[in-house]
Amino acid sequence: MSVQSPVEPESDLAPAPRQPRRVGFSQTLSRWDVKVSPYLYISPFFILFFITGLFPILYTGYVSVHKWQLLQGQGDFVGFDNYVDVFKQKDFWLSLRNTLSIFVLSSVPQVIAAILIAAFLDQNLRAKTFWRMGVLLPYVVAPVAVGLIFGRVFADQSGLVNAWLGAIGIDPVRWHVDPLASHIAIASMVNFRWTGYNALIFLAAMQAVPRELYEAAIIDGAGRVRSFFSVTIPQIRATVVFVVITATIGGLQIFDEPRVFDSSGAGGASRQWLTTTLYLYNTGWSGQYNLGRAAAIAWILFFIILAIGMVNFAATQRIATSGGREMSRKAKRAAKRNAKRYSA
Amino acid sequence: MNSIPAIEQSAGRGAARASARKANRRVGGYDRRPNLLSYIILGAVVLIGLLPIYYTLVIGSSDPVAIAQKALPQLFPDASLFDNFQRVMDADAFSFWKAVWNSVLIAVVVSASTVLFSTLAGFAFAKLRFPGRRGLLVFVIATMAIPTQLGVVPLYIIMTKLGWIGHLQAVIVPALVGAFGVFWMTQYLEEALPYELIEAARVDGATMFRTFWSIALPAARPAAAMLALFTFVAQWVNFFWPSIVLNNQNPTLPLAIRLLQQNYFVDYSLIMAGVFLMTLPLLVLFAFAGRQLVAGIMAGAVKG
Repeated sequence: MSVQSPVEPESDLAPAPRQPRRVGFSQTLSRWDVKVSPYLYISPFFILFFITGLFPILYTGYVSVHKWQLLQGQGDFVGFDNYVDVFKQKDFWLSLRNTLSIFVLSSVPQVIAAILIAAFLDQNLRAKTFWRMGVLLPYVVAPVAVGLIFGRVFADQSGLVNAWLGAIGIDPVRWHVDPLASHIAIASMVNFRWTGYNALIFLAAMQAVPRELYEAAIIDGAGRVRSFFSVTIPQIRATVVFVVITATIGGLQIFDEPRVFDSSGAGGASRQWLTTTLYLYNTGWSGQYNLGRAAAIAWILFFIILAIGMVNFAATQRIATSGGREMSRKAKRAAKRNAKRYSA
Repeated sequence: MNSIPAIEQSAGRGAARASARKANRRVGGYDRRPNLLSYIILGAVVLIGLLPIYYTLVIGSSDPVAIAQKALPQLFPDASLFDNFQRVMDADAFSFWKAVWNSVLIAVVVSASTVLFSTLAGFAFAKLRFPGRRGLLVFVIATMAIPTQLGVVPLYIIMTKLGWIGHLQAVIVPALVGAFGVFWMTQYLEEALPYELIEAARVDGATMFRTFWSIALPAARPAAAMLALFTFVAQWVNFFWPSIVLNNQNPTLPLAIRLLQQNYFVDYSLIMAGVFLMTLPLLVLFAFAGRQLVAGIMAGAVKG
């Protein structure tokens, strides 16, 4: 920054004249830097999203109204024929039934178990980190691996679960034949991988509950169970909504586990565990090679997820309305305060 | 301290009970050690998590005849596990080491680029003022709700046009940066990076990028490490999209292990040996960085 002058002692008595042009130029540069940099920094996400996210989504609509085979490529415009074809297929309705059934069997027990595990973790445990890591362990087992392992655990012949059932005198269940049984098997894979993960999310929410509320509950004469239902659950309501919504988006797209539940990957001999995403895959990339119809399935699936997501949102909003709302308002106010402080 | 009966008289029975509790174990049950039952239940939960991994090792050490006859052919894994590992590595259907290399390459490249681009965007969203900031951030968050399947068909068509089918870039490029990472880093930097530091750097004449590189990036390190971990895990276990754009000649590990299942004769000892080989790297990662994964989930309510 300093201006170097060949004659040393003179400089501070008679300051060298500034160089207005250079300073002006660097100022312009700096102003541009300030103006353009933010957009530059967020641009990688937006560029990538437009190319691999937004454009394909819109293009899906285009493909879905055309005849479009995997090998031949684009064909004639066919209007809504692909959609009509999809709705006419028995497999589509089967896949819808299977997806919903697996989704309910996985999300409901999972959320309940996760909340209970979180309640047990939300104590002054010895070796806290050990227990938290312990419940998270299944998360690092890939869904494909879980699917292959549980495919064996739930094997119809000499599978582990059937052996246990036999030990207590129950006839072996035909996990790979009976629709409901196969749904239970696949749902248990999902539950295996995600319950501990969600328990930690709930644990984080529980730890944010002000301890005075528990003290107040105790003073009012509430026991542990009562304060769990009257304090904990209402206080973590927002988190329950969050977990249910993410479980909906993920659960309705289930693919990996049903794909590897048997060696054919087609969703069972009579499509007992064909899920909608598996149906989409089979329509586009194995068997029919019909991309136009696959695109139609993608759009239909999107609207189903949207609808069920909104139903779930409304339903979970209603659960335990007292207390929670006040808290979230408080949190909002705090957030607003912070925002104001930072932007000032 | 008042006596318990006195409290009962003046403030009611509940207060007395609370006070009694406080006297020997502090209020709220938060500070006191939980009872044995809690440990037993949590122990059972952890055991259920470990059971499939144990089962994998046992089946991976047995022979197909024994597996067909008994649910639990033996109680402990033994040395034949390593023979089965060897059989996976020598499999004809795919090149095992190529699959390992592909999985490592994809997971490392995607994690690195996700961290870099997410931190850049997070820095801009959290600490820089520019028109449209709020709207664009809302847009980023909204994109997280879009299911991946929606764009799969056209994305595949794009990949075909580019000639990328069967090549790793078909998996890597769409995953280079995601909305979750941007949102995650924005949230973290909002709290972790004081404006004073940025201003100081600017006053010292640092350019925007220099400010990012020397101030924001170091400040973002803890969150960046977690983001890298989650991205790595998500890529390592990724199956749907790779199974569309990659093939048997150039698979990732999950695709390769799935191929073991497609033999005419399904050999579970081979499959389970493969399953364990595929899971082992993440188990090792978990042993070293499980603590960060736990902290990451609890800090941000992540879902990846």
